[in-house]
Amino acid sequence: MSKKIITDRVLLSGNEALAYGAYEAGLKVACAYPGTPSTEILETLARFEELDVQWSVNEKVAFEVALGSAIGGVRSLFACKHVGLNVAMDPLMTASYTGIEAGFVVVVCDDPGMHSSQNEQDTRWVSIYAKLPLLEPASPGEAKQFVKEAFKISERFDTPVLLRMTTRISHTKEDVKLTNRVVPEQPPFEKRIQKYVMVPGHAYARHILVEKRLKKLKAFSERTRLNRIEPGSKKLGFITSSITYHYLKERYPDASYLKLGMTQPFCDDKIRQFAAGVKKLFVVEELDPYLEEHIKTLGVKFSAKHPSYRIGELNPQLVQEAVEGKVKREKKVAKRKPRLCPGCPHWHTFAILKKLGFFVAGDIGCYTLACLPPTSALHSCICMGAGVTLNEGWRKGAPNEKIVGVLGDSTFVHSGVTGLINAAYNKARGIIFILDNSTTAMTGGQQHPATGLTIRNEPTKKLVLEDLCRACGADNVDVVDPQNHTDFERIVTKRIEQDALSVIISRHPCKLLKR
Amino acid sequence: MKDKTYNVTFGGVGGQGILKASEICGWAAMFDGYRVKKSEVHGMAQRGGSVESHVRFGRKVYSPLISAGDADFLVCFHHDEHKRLKEFLKPAGTDLFAYLDRARAAVENPRHLNTLLVGVLSAGLPIRQECWMKAIETVFKRKIVQENKEVFLKGREMGKS
Repeated sequence: MSKKIITDRVLLSGNEALAYGAYEAGLKVACAYPGTPSTEILETLARFEELDVQWSVNEKVAFEVALGSAIGGVRSLFACKHVGLNVAMDPLMTASYTGIEAGFVVVVCDDPGMHSSQNEQDTRWVSIYAKLPLLEPASPGEAKQFVKEAFKISERFDTPVLLRMTTRISHTKEDVKLTNRVVPEQPPFEKRIQKYVMVPGHAYARHILVEKRLKKLKAFSERTRLNRIEPGSKKLGFITSSITYHYLKERYPDASYLKLGMTQPFCDDKIRQFAAGVKKLFVVEELDPYLEEHIKTLGVKFSAKHPSYRIGELNPQLVQEAVEGKVKREKKVAKRKPRLCPGCPHWHTFAILKKLGFFVAGDIGCYTLACLPPTSALHSCICMGAGVTLNEGWRKGAPNEKIVGVLGDSTFVHSGVTGLINAAYNKARGIIFILDNSTTAMTGGQQHPATGLTIRNEPTKKLVLEDLCRACGADNVDVVDPQNHTDFERIVTKRIEQDALSVIISRHPCKLLKR
Repeated sequence: MKDKTYNVTFGGVGGQGILKASEICGWAAMFDGYRVKKSEVHGMAQRGGSVESHVRFGRKVYSPLISAGDADFLVCFHHDEHKRLKEFLKPAGTDLFAYLDRARAAVENPRHLNTLLVGVLSAGLPIRQECWMKAIETVFKRKIVQENKEVFLKGREMGKS
């Protein structure tokens, strides 16, 4: 071993490595709304001063701004967690038709095992639905390499490219090498009405091109090193992708592998060729049978994991048990559950809501933890913004119950505001609580429009929540500090009795805010 | 370099500095020329939930996760978590839990406990001292580097004895 200290590598998480890769690839614009496990991608990119990086109001907005930049001629990136992509599905589906002028990469981080999410969706299916190429890096090093490849594919085939990570890859750190940033030449700026105005006639013509593009991408998928055969024992072969590759290599180092890095479109010829060369073939992947379902259509015979392993995250041991044909045993693990921090202002708000016996339509944020015993004072959590809208609908089903809605300040700006306009317009009643701790707390404390600071903590126009709520049509808007129990309870009791749409902004800064 | 892959499991609850401890170990291994993978679970960490971090280093590392019964070292900061994490340890693995009370008594500032235990751990790992030092310089803010180096060396002595 050399006696020198190794200084040409750095230890980076998958998210950081992806950000460095995008930076080196000449990225100019990056947009996102925070969401575990994707948040650190934008936080890392924000450190590079020459980039235009923003926390957007929500994922749909973020996607559209980044897409606009790519159409405007600079390499752009949108990053989100799996459920965030659902919010951006509308522009995504049509961006597939328009294509871009400069590279556009859509990073989506799935959360197998639901470390911090409300569902366990396998976003790889979106690639089929949206007819977009899909890359699946298996490690931080690959995340860095694949994002560069994604920009090239995007420009070469005139398409957004999906790059799918998982929590385990995003939050694994690995030693990686850094290189210089190279900014590609910018294409000339032109008006291209038939490409970017998706009226039916134009869109029909674009759809024809999309289908042609899929064919070309398929030929690329057959050739690319992203899909590689690693010859080993001819007795045992694995077709796999993402982190599962590493779990298998750990347990079956001598087997043959077809490691798929590009999983839409599939490299059918390569799959058949690999399958023909091994005696026993397994297809192993985390979550849904995405690879399985496609490989089945090729008429290739293989074994796969029992359906019980589609639930939850895999690890080397589970992968081995799945290969051995076992059924997954659900183990009870006595892990410590997270809870609201000591001194958190939400404790005060929920103490009163519980005392008054309200049914609480909840939302996504730290305050969702108020559902846990012994507080048990939050009674729904579906998606961002639903604290407002579920409240409206819930009251229609149970008009005699005391129902209220709660959501955080960042969540309200994300998608609560449309629900509030809807409630006012449709003459809904009741109380919406905005639990304003002046940050996006659950994901580690990111800025948003109502904090008045940008992703780089620079002052900007500050959204005034009370003015906004009045403009939306709320009859009453009160601002109270929940630590002042007497005032808080007095206002809540008064508002619940009124035949009105009221907003109570329960305002006290998060205890974790850096001062 | 030996072909062996070294596995260290770190664990405790949010706020105990577990991720920082595994960070020092990961950087030190990298500075000494090993390939490194380090997995961690965060997001809920600040909320007092279980925190676990795995560090693996060697010539080539595949899985970022250590399997049950595969850890060479267990560095655990919390009694309840220790019960859960013990299963990671190899039969012949080293459990640093025995040092926890002595380590607590040895630090003046409770925030130094993680660095002290990393010092104890370092005595059992084939990573050169200058690489540990450089790792400490890398992961801590400049003004607390020196104090952490001193605490680390104290732990390193404790681990050797």
